[in-house]
Amino acid sequence: MTTAPAGFGRVLDLVTRVRGVRGAMLVAGDDGLVVAEQLMEGIKGPAVAALAASLASRLRRALEAAGVGAGQFWHLQAEKGALLVVTAVSGVLVVAVAEPDVNVGLVRLELLRAAEAVG
Amino acid sequence: MADDVKALSAELAQDPDSLVFLRLAELLRHKGQLDAAHRVALTGLERHPHLADAHDLYARILADKHDFERAFDEWDMALRIAPDHVGALKGLAFLYFKVGDVQQAAAHLAAAQRVAPDDPGIAQALALAHGGEAGQSAAAPAPEPMAAAPAAQPLEEARVFAGLEGAEEGLLLLDPSGRVLGGALKDPAGRDVTDAVAAYLAGVSQEAGRTAKLLGLGSWTGLAAEGQHGHAHLTPPTGSALLLVVRERAVPMGRLAIMAQRAAVAARRWLEAQA
Repeated sequence: MTTAPAGFGRVLDLVTRVRGVRGAMLVAGDDGLVVAEQLMEGIKGPAVAALAASLASRLRRALEAAGVGAGQFWHLQAEKGALLVVTAVSGVLVVAVAEPDVNVGLVRLELLRAAEAVG
Repeated sequence: MADDVKALSAELAQDPDSLVFLRLAELLRHKGQLDAAHRVALTGLERHPHLADAHDLYARILADKHDFERAFDEWDMALRIAPDHVGALKGLAFLYFKVGDVQQAAAHLAAAQRVAPDDPGIAQALALAHGGEAGQSAAAPAPEPMAAAPAAQPLEEARVFAGLEGAEEGLLLLDPSGRVLGGALKDPAGRDVTDAVAAYLAGVSQEAGRTAKLLGLGSWTGLAAEGQHGHAHLTPPTGSALLLVVRERAVPMGRLAIMAQRAAVAARRWLEAQA
């Protein structure tokens, strides 16, 4: 697993300690660059970060247009796993990559806590 | 009959935990007093949340009130509690007929018939279902007894989400280019935001697919989003189309996912019919 700088590492620890989470990242929401990451080997952090940021941006615009308001949490479900994202106040995305049977509610809570810590 | 209502009401007042609420709510329902029936059934359900008959009764009242989404949930719950509950099986068959899913309707009726082989109503409905599957017109079998059952019709070809809750304002089907195939969206102020949302969502399906593939997660199956004022769920009913369901925050994300699954079934069928 790749490591993150100490301060961010503690934030990401909140997320990666949840059973079924394969990794977590902090991503700059505006340009899709990785701020910090703790990922299992084999996960292409920069590419995932770029796509996650792009998807987050599209979703935010669509949700705002629909009157749902700015997206706080989103969850991409797939056959073999999931990508879960919370947007911090600063616009940084806290991202988790998880197994399909992960406790989504728990990951969401930890992502929200991590987002609060990031500010 | 008014005396019966009085007598049953008195009996219930004397013993609020008794199961007499089932008879009282059913009687009120038969009399067409749906709001009163609804109140009695709901209060009873709160006291007896694990009673399949209570969920079945509540579902029939909801169906009478054309609240088919919640009726579905209640019958579904009844079946989770009692998998052989004939009323719930018939009720779900009725709702599947409503949305034109004759196969599912027939499957539920067949299950009901295994439990109650002598029920002539089920046999008749099953015959109609098989007629419908063969391309003939089929009328929906209303769950029994359902005095004020809404008239059931096969899915209208022209409307993707006919019969689904929020079909006119909270469901949207798009092609990969963001063009609207069916449904419509309104914001909380009642403004039509269909085209704007569709435009923003163009390409989301491909992007979600690429992200899932890059992570080695296989095909994406859904995208749930939680906003400040509401929840949204995206799902790909077919490889290229995109279905959006939007509801207020009071609707839990899990329930929204179920609603999206149902809408996806309707969308898939509609898309296949257009092919």
